Amino acid sequence: MIKILSARKILTMNPQKPHATHVAIRDGLILGAGSLEELEGWGKYELDTQFADKVLMPGLVEGHCHLQEGALWSHTYVGFFDRMSPEGDMQAGCKNLDAVLSKLAAAEAKLNDPDAPLPGWSLDPIYFDNQRVDRAQLDTISTTRPIGIMHASGHIMNVNSKALELAGLMRPGINHEGVPLGNDGLPTGELKGPDVMSPVSIHVGFDRDMLSCDEQGMWRFGKLCVRAGVTTATDLAARLPDEAVTMMRQVTGNGGYPARIVPLRFHHGVSPEDLIKHVEALAPQSTDMLRLGRIKIVVDGSIQGFSARLRAPGYYNGAPNGLWYIAPEQLAYILENALAKGIQVHCHTNGDEATQLVIDTMRKAMRKTPSTDHRFTLQHCQLADTAQFRQIKELGLCVNLFANHHHYWGDQHYELTVGPERAERMNAAGTAARLGVPFGIHSDAPITPLGPLFTGWCAMNRKTASGRTLGDAEKITLDQALNAITLGAAYTLHMDGEVGSIEAGKRADFAVLEDDPEEMGTERLKDTRVWGTVLGGKPFAAAHV
Amino acid sequence: MSDTLPMTIIAGYLGAGKTTLINQILRNANGQRLAVLVNEFGALPIDADLIEAQDDDLIALAGGCVCCSYGDDLMLALTKMREMDPKPDHVILEASGVALPGKIAASVSLFGNDIQVLGIVVLADAECLPDHLADTYLADTVIRQLEAADLVVLTKTDLATEPQMQNSRDAIDRYAPKATRIDNGTDALHQVLSADASAHDLILGNDAPHHIAMTTRTVAPTEPVNANELAQSLADNDAVVRAKGHLMAAPDNTMVTLQLVGKRYALTPADASATPGIVIIEKNAHTASHRT
Repeated sequence: MIKILSARKILTMNPQKPHATHVAIRDGLILGAGSLEELEGWGKYELDTQFADKVLMPGLVEGHCHLQEGALWSHTYVGFFDRMSPEGDMQAGCKNLDAVLSKLAAAEAKLNDPDAPLPGWSLDPIYFDNQRVDRAQLDTISTTRPIGIMHASGHIMNVNSKALELAGLMRPGINHEGVPLGNDGLPTGELKGPDVMSPVSIHVGFDRDMLSCDEQGMWRFGKLCVRAGVTTATDLAARLPDEAVTMMRQVTGNGGYPARIVPLRFHHGVSPEDLIKHVEALAPQSTDMLRLGRIKIVVDGSIQGFSARLRAPGYYNGAPNGLWYIAPEQLAYILENALAKGIQVHCHTNGDEATQLVIDTMRKAMRKTPSTDHRFTLQHCQLADTAQFRQIKELGLCVNLFANHHHYWGDQHYELTVGPERAERMNAAGTAARLGVPFGIHSDAPITPLGPLFTGWCAMNRKTASGRTLGDAEKITLDQALNAITLGAAYTLHMDGEVGSIEAGKRADFAVLEDDPEEMGTERLKDTRVWGTVLGGKPFAAAHV
Repeated sequence: MSDTLPMTIIAGYLGAGKTTLINQILRNANGQRLAVLVNEFGALPIDADLIEAQDDDLIALAGGCVCCSYGDDLMLALTKMREMDPKPDHVILEASGVALPGKIAASVSLFGNDIQVLGIVVLADAECLPDHLADTYLADTVIRQLEAADLVVLTKTDLATEPQMQNSRDAIDRYAPKATRIDNGTDALHQVLSADASAHDLILGNDAPHHIAMTTRTVAPTEPVNANELAQSLADNDAVVRAKGHLMAAPDNTMVTLQLVGKRYALTPADASATPGIVIIEKNAHTASHRT
């Protein structure tokens, strides 16, 4: 059965035919885009006019996010910015500390079990003049149940006295840089860094595996995709034990799931040899909705956590260099063997030294195993300079830049972590575009909200949360931004022949928009209203998910 | 002796011999119930006959030792270890090749009196250390590892040239001037197990695990036995320090697992397919009296 959708406008992202009014679909695939007249030749069809006043784009592709975004919505959102929940209620941002506390108190009032923990997420005190949250404030909500609030960065947590007590930290004499002490010699309740957070977070209701996602969270994640116009999304750091793969196959195979999920197996907790074997075993379990068989390597830490590996001149505030999260030899083993076996690898590199290590290692690996079209991708790649982008181009690497991070934390990078010059060149999408490096841009949800149109706005405007324009030279155009959130991201996943543009033979995955991104333009792209999506020809209305 | 769990951290870059040392330690546990934490099992070739049971992140070994992989969450693994029953006598942590043992020790300090780092042992490959120190990607990591060491073990000395040996020794003197240095692995085992290496507070005092001669025997009753009675008789025997294995319990012929440490034991249901047999570790007659 052929269906022809009519639309106010179709932005195909196919440069050979950038605009159309109709798209014909059969069996979940696109027969063609064009005028009704051009499509009628395919045979008997049903004309579907439900989108006659909407604008269609290819379903958006989020190349770096985590299903965890769905799981976190079980907890109380206390972020500064308004954020849409999976169920569609726009949760107002907490504009000051009192708002945070009263939102937590309201959530507390709904808990029946007196011992149940109260977890909150996405706190960001930098917007409250860095006023810190201490345990006394959280104790006003409850002294009997453990309370913990994860910061938006994911690197800091604030907890109440009960949580400290359960973790054995409510005592004097603690001597650790990640545990600030109050005047009474006891911890203030602020916990900095994963090592310090981990023993407490299990008591305050966060999952053992912070990046994991359960079935309910996965469905919630799917709803968020519909609201953001996303039809293909990665789960960029998954352990993928058998039971998780079974769950993911069930959920995505249900027929009602609205997004294609691309989970990457990350390297932690498994030897390089076993990692390759695991991924080889995963690949054949892929379906059209669940794409397995890729590797994610975390090479260094984060810039704002001072755990990223930087080259000279190092951190602006003089902090010592960060940490390697993998030994160079192990990185080399994985890259070489993955190249030889045709397994795709994405590498998290925040600092420019981490980026250079991957470049150098990749160069050696390519000499041993000459490869074309591998599309190994540097994720974040926030600090790379122009010389590094030239090498990235020569080696056939792709980048996926953290445009949202530039908006939310650009001011901190300017003032504290790397200083003005390098802060301005961070997330250099303009350089990538000029040099022809294939690139995507990303949210890293749940670190920042899932929403590629917003991410595109960030990359075009490079405006920080305080309103500073950070790095004019690295701004990209509307066309480049729209490409980055569709074909660009699809390319980094080897899926650009299948999704990312609306053209004959590709999957009928669309973002359905109330507004036309070309009319919204550079300034207003983030305000584009999303009706929902179409996945494999099936519509998903945001209002009804 | 307090309930403090003593820990020794073994660090050093890839190829320095950490896994070899861990294997030696496991084969020479001498009745100590060791808990060995490794980043992942991949590189740890444990002799199959030592393995009693295994799941994703824990291998139970003959003699009551366990080996756990902590992946990317060491602190969570330690939280669990703290609750292990019976409690291990000593935790040996194998840090990953790029981990900074000083940072690990700082994090472990958050466990307060529950877990205490007795010493940081850093292994350095005599042949490769000079190269690592000349590698811009690695130098600062290797130096930060050495700076945290209480004991530096220079390994693979038989493969190194004299200039390499001299360079390595100079580097250790420079970056770990206060640490004890030993030039091969044979003494390392002794020092790690006895925690003599430590510049940290020794909280074991006179109760530190001594090098008591131990013997191991296996009993495999052919008939169902009264499991409680057998366990109690082992617990009452001062020479027995550890016992572990499976038994067919009378009167209902169910398979149970016995775990015994000193005077305490636990009997838990076991898989019906388990092979009956108890490994008993006991002190030799002439040393037993010192212990009680």
